[in-house]
Amino acid sequence: MSNPKTTQKIAFFFLFLATLLIIVPVGLIIIIIIRKGLPAINWEFLMDIPREGMRQGGIFPAIIGTLYLVLGAIIFALPLGLMSAIYLSEYARDNFLTRIIKLAIVNLAGVPSVVYGLFGLALFVVFFKFGASILSGSLTLGIMILPIIITASREALETVPYHFREVSYSLGASKWQTIRYLILPNALAGILTGTILGLGRAAGETAPILFTVAAFYLPQLPKSIFDQVMALPYHLYVISTQVPNVTEKMRYGTALVLLILVLFMNLVAIIIRYKFRKKKKW
Amino acid sequence: MRRIKEFIIEKLIFLSGLTCVLFVLLIFLFLLKEGIRVFKAVSVLKFLLGKNWYPISEPPQLGVLPLILGSLIVTLGATIISIPLGIACALYIAEVAPLKIKEVLKAGIELLAAIPSVVLGFIGMVTLVPWVKNVFHLPTGLTALSGSIMLAFMAMPTIVSIAEDALYAVPKSYKEAAFALGATHWQTIYRVILPAASSGILAAVMLGIGRVIGETMAVMMITGNSAVIPHSILQPVRTLTATIAAEMGEAVVGSEHYFALFAIGIVLFVISFIINVSADLFLHRRKI
Repeated sequence: MSNPKTTQKIAFFFLFLATLLIIVPVGLIIIIIIRKGLPAINWEFLMDIPREGMRQGGIFPAIIGTLYLVLGAIIFALPLGLMSAIYLSEYARDNFLTRIIKLAIVNLAGVPSVVYGLFGLALFVVFFKFGASILSGSLTLGIMILPIIITASREALETVPYHFREVSYSLGASKWQTIRYLILPNALAGILTGTILGLGRAAGETAPILFTVAAFYLPQLPKSIFDQVMALPYHLYVISTQVPNVTEKMRYGTALVLLILVLFMNLVAIIIRYKFRKKKKW
Repeated sequence: MRRIKEFIIEKLIFLSGLTCVLFVLLIFLFLLKEGIRVFKAVSVLKFLLGKNWYPISEPPQLGVLPLILGSLIVTLGATIISIPLGIACALYIAEVAPLKIKEVLKAGIELLAAIPSVVLGFIGMVTLVPWVKNVFHLPTGLTALSGSIMLAFMAMPTIVSIAEDALYAVPKSYKEAAFALGATHWQTIYRVILPAASSGILAAVMLGIGRVIGETMAVMMITGNSAVIPHSILQPVRTLTATIAAEMGEAVVGSEHYFALFAIGIVLFVISFIINVSADLFLHRRKI
């Protein structure tokens, strides 16, 4: 029989090795993109339209397009997701309907992103005749991030202790007053965190916008929500696979801008969560 | 007046609560509405088991078997890589790592989850693909293997975080009892904690597989996109998701090709539905 202590040492070494195999590439990816992308970033790259078949110039329309899409998605998904979370945390009883709703949320979170693209195409672009437009793309992205917002908001609402509610009722406040003036303010940080994480997800997704809004090359800014736009993730896909002879610098630069945009949102979410945890008194 | 206002608000909240159910139904209905029409041109059996995918030839040949096999081989490869690594990483974070390192590792995993798939696809194209090409002396590095490695990596955040939750949920008294009986830490992990967390870990693995099957952009960029029945993991393949993403832009609305892509969407939706519902069942059994 081998010594259990030695076995443990070997086992823990392998666990550590597996962890390294996952974490080290993450670090490498970030470092590679920053090192090779940083030289491309300058005022012209960020603020100019793409030129010469996207081989020169900048990525300004794609940045703006992504911002519009993310904004549209959140305008649609935040109120709906928040109200849905309020229903689940404050009103829903433990019954069959609630079970179905929770199952639907889990499913919505697991639907492949390209299927959202198909759905957006069939419902918004073709059926509602919105065409390939900011409206169609935003709605599609909005539905995709709905489960993220609902889950995070619900968790935030449910961590508000139950006796807060009891105190409020005992003072004669109605249920809605309690939610509006007591529970929502106390859950705000968690709701914000979830919303921003949703934003980050929406900014980075490509498949849902492929057929609902993204333009291959459109060197102008949109004038209405029925216009097509370029978007950063799709632009990165286009210049790395569809257009030959794009310089490596352009590609890495685009990847870096997209990565910074997404990571920045995640960082903000993490900071809010951290500050809130420190402040929390219950 | 206030009562009326609150009544309306509460009704609105109730209706919002139902939106997710509505959207799941809408997604299914619209996929079905468009996808079912392909079966006028080709039978269900011929669609699923047909060996040729030539959607724009005349007449179009719409057999998705090569695509299903493409998805299968990539998913299988990714699963084989990601399950042991993911569970090991979850064990390390939950049981072995000191507190400070634990926080760093968790942040690293969250970082990985946040990187957009198109960025990972791009990085895969410029690093992993040439590497696979050189190591195996292949004419092209755009293979099922490259896709598997990339997807295994992308499934990690899902597997690690859910498995880790499952490991934390094991009552502390189990561990204390095992220690009291003289078991080493590893014996406790292997014989007590892992079995106790098994249904949660199973759910983690299933959701990870769900993530792999549904992943689109990265897989489209690095698997080579050739719709032929794969004979080895070192060949280019085309997955179900990549087919939709690559071809929908060119398919004419209302053509058989268009309907066929929606029918592929139905297949994907059904697979993800089955995976999510059963993973949910496993996760809830744990809470008894």
